[in-house]
Amino acid sequence: MKELTIVSGKGGAGKTSVAASFAALARDKAIADCDVDAADLHLVMEPAIKHREPFSGGSKAEINLEKCSSCGLCRTLCRFDAIDEDYKIDDFACEGCGVCTDNCPEKAALLIPRHAGELFVSNTRNGPMVHARLIPGEENSGKLVSLVRSRAREIAENEKLGLVLIDGSPGIGCPVIASVTGVSLLLIVTEPTLSGLHDLDRIASLAAHFGIPSAVCVNKFDINIEMTNSIEEYCAGKKLPVVGRIPYDTLVTKAQIAGVSVVEYSGGAAALEVSRVWKKTNYMLETC
Amino acid sequence: MKEEIRQTTTIAVASGKGGTGKTTVAVNLALTFSRAGKKTLLLDCDVEAPNAHIFLGTEGMESSRVTVRVPVVDESKCDGCGACGKACRFSAIVSLGGKALTFPSLCHACGGCVIACPNKAISEGEREIGAAFRGMFHGVDFAYGKLRIGEAMSPPLIRVVKKFKSDAELAIVDSPPGTSCPVVQSVRGSDYVALVTEPTPFGLHDLKLAVEMIREIGIPFGCIVNRAEAGDRLAHDFCLENDIPVIGAIPDDRRAAEAYSRGIPLIDALPDFKLLFEELGGKLIETAEACARKEVRR
Amino acid sequence: MKIAITSKGNTVDSPVDPRFGRAAGFMVCDIDTGECAYKDNAQNLSASQGAGIQSAKNVADSGVSAIVTGHCGPKAFSALKAAGIKIYTGAEGTVAENIEKFKAGSVKEIDNADVEGHWS
Repeated sequence: MKELTIVSGKGGAGKTSVAASFAALARDKAIADCDVDAADLHLVMEPAIKHREPFSGGSKAEINLEKCSSCGLCRTLCRFDAIDEDYKIDDFACEGCGVCTDNCPEKAALLIPRHAGELFVSNTRNGPMVHARLIPGEENSGKLVSLVRSRAREIAENEKLGLVLIDGSPGIGCPVIASVTGVSLLLIVTEPTLSGLHDLDRIASLAAHFGIPSAVCVNKFDINIEMTNSIEEYCAGKKLPVVGRIPYDTLVTKAQIAGVSVVEYSGGAAALEVSRVWKKTNYMLETC
Repeated sequence: MKEEIRQTTTIAVASGKGGTGKTTVAVNLALTFSRAGKKTLLLDCDVEAPNAHIFLGTEGMESSRVTVRVPVVDESKCDGCGACGKACRFSAIVSLGGKALTFPSLCHACGGCVIACPNKAISEGEREIGAAFRGMFHGVDFAYGKLRIGEAMSPPLIRVVKKFKSDAELAIVDSPPGTSCPVVQSVRGSDYVALVTEPTPFGLHDLKLAVEMIREIGIPFGCIVNRAEAGDRLAHDFCLENDIPVIGAIPDDRRAAEAYSRGIPLIDALPDFKLLFEELGGKLIETAEACARKEVRR
Repeated sequence: MKIAITSKGNTVDSPVDPRFGRAAGFMVCDIDTGECAYKDNAQNLSASQGAGIQSAKNVADSGVSAIVTGHCGPKAFSALKAAGIKIYTGAEGTVAENIEKFKAGSVKEIDNADVEGHWS
């Protein structure tokens, strides 16, 4: 079984639009939306949820004020300034490290696991899909990403599907690392801007750091052809194969409004090129 | 002699979805304010994919290593009792085969193991997680952070970038995309949040999540609609229905995309955008300062 | 000599769990007497991080000198190594089959992690 993750160092480069199209083009796959803190793939997949489970993130401290003697030890020891003068815990600052609970002479502090979101297993017109919703402001999105990924892998194993198609998240931090480590191939979607090139370099370095084979496609390439050429030169220098140049096409947004992927919506210029990108990516997947 | 403490009004620029134009808004606002004679600080807290420096420059910036504390075990004092491993909720230290073993990348630097060790065998060393940069560009006091490749945890670095001292009247925080812990870390403590969105289904969906997050933190906020097309009411209607003030709209303009792609601030490339940002900035500053004053009175 | 085999169930006929850190459990078997006991690992199955490290601690505490599993990530590898436990990967089939393979010396010992961790 192969795993393909679609990422882009920079947000808004079009990774979810590409992922939705691949979901329509690829055969025998499970789909995983690992962009858990801004999950959008379900908006164009019409998932029928058949299973849901709660997700608990990290724990947060709570102080029982009836037991608390206001000795101040926890406030001295806490390195995250999470306990105020009234011994109330600031949930956004608390890391759940347990220093207060372990050292409180009155045993007044407790660690309470937090409900941080929900995981869904759904059926879509393009196959089974695992997605999630992180409660806004919650932490531990990396753990939820790992969970979404492993559920999708289980489904692929059980249903003998050859591919897990993963929509990653922007950036290079914990959720991204959780969605890319150990996958067969990374498709980096970028845009022809200086920021796009800068962030491509960051994500490509991350892929190299973990030894993950990667390919690049330039979305909206015609916004700045010079920059597209610079990106392709950068890729050549790094021996990163470029698998396509997707043109700017208003049909991409129209497809989004219609709730489908661009390849299902139209036969326009972007749809055509995305299909070509899929063919090349699939070929790389088969040989990697 | 008493030092005069000047109140800084802080505006965070955030968005649920990536690529909606946070950096564009943050950079152009900072430049607009600075040119209007305000002492302005710009903090790029998107440490995983910082971009503001592309528009401002990096020449002559002072850089500093950013480190976090990690446990160091003195093996001659460790008897493998396992107290450190019990204290650590992150599996960053564990006692195996009669000695303590550390996994620095999992460490949250809470110091729990140091306290727990009965033999005082644990001290703390440093682990580099990235770098922070600071410099003056076009009158804007500018700082940003850059997370080391392969490093998972960005909040400690964001905290460092946010702590840069300044006597600025105005601070603009460019936040990372999303709605999880790095975003919370970036926007907390701000007087006002400007949520940048785009009128697409993805943009709108992620705006809803961002609104939920900001309401949870409890900071006043408003919305800026980017790439607005004439007659498209998608984002405006949502804001209207949910009592969210729309601070302004930035039109969808190919020339703007072009300037962005070359790393040129919109207000320098296009005179009509200069006017637009002056108006937008004026409105924003008025609202944010009112919120800051209310906060002081409280 | 006691060995542990990552297992999806609590009998020797259970299939091997290919994961180490997030294995459902372990069959701890004394290969000299043939006695086997099940050790649950549910707590680490849902750990937010460091599952491999805690699983290593879990098996080390039961006094085994070798572990047979599907794959082993870098952190679990260093933890097992520190505990002086030998690591054999590539296991498939049932627990019982792998005990036999271990006795026959036909399992593969590794001297490096064979997969990337899911958490860096």
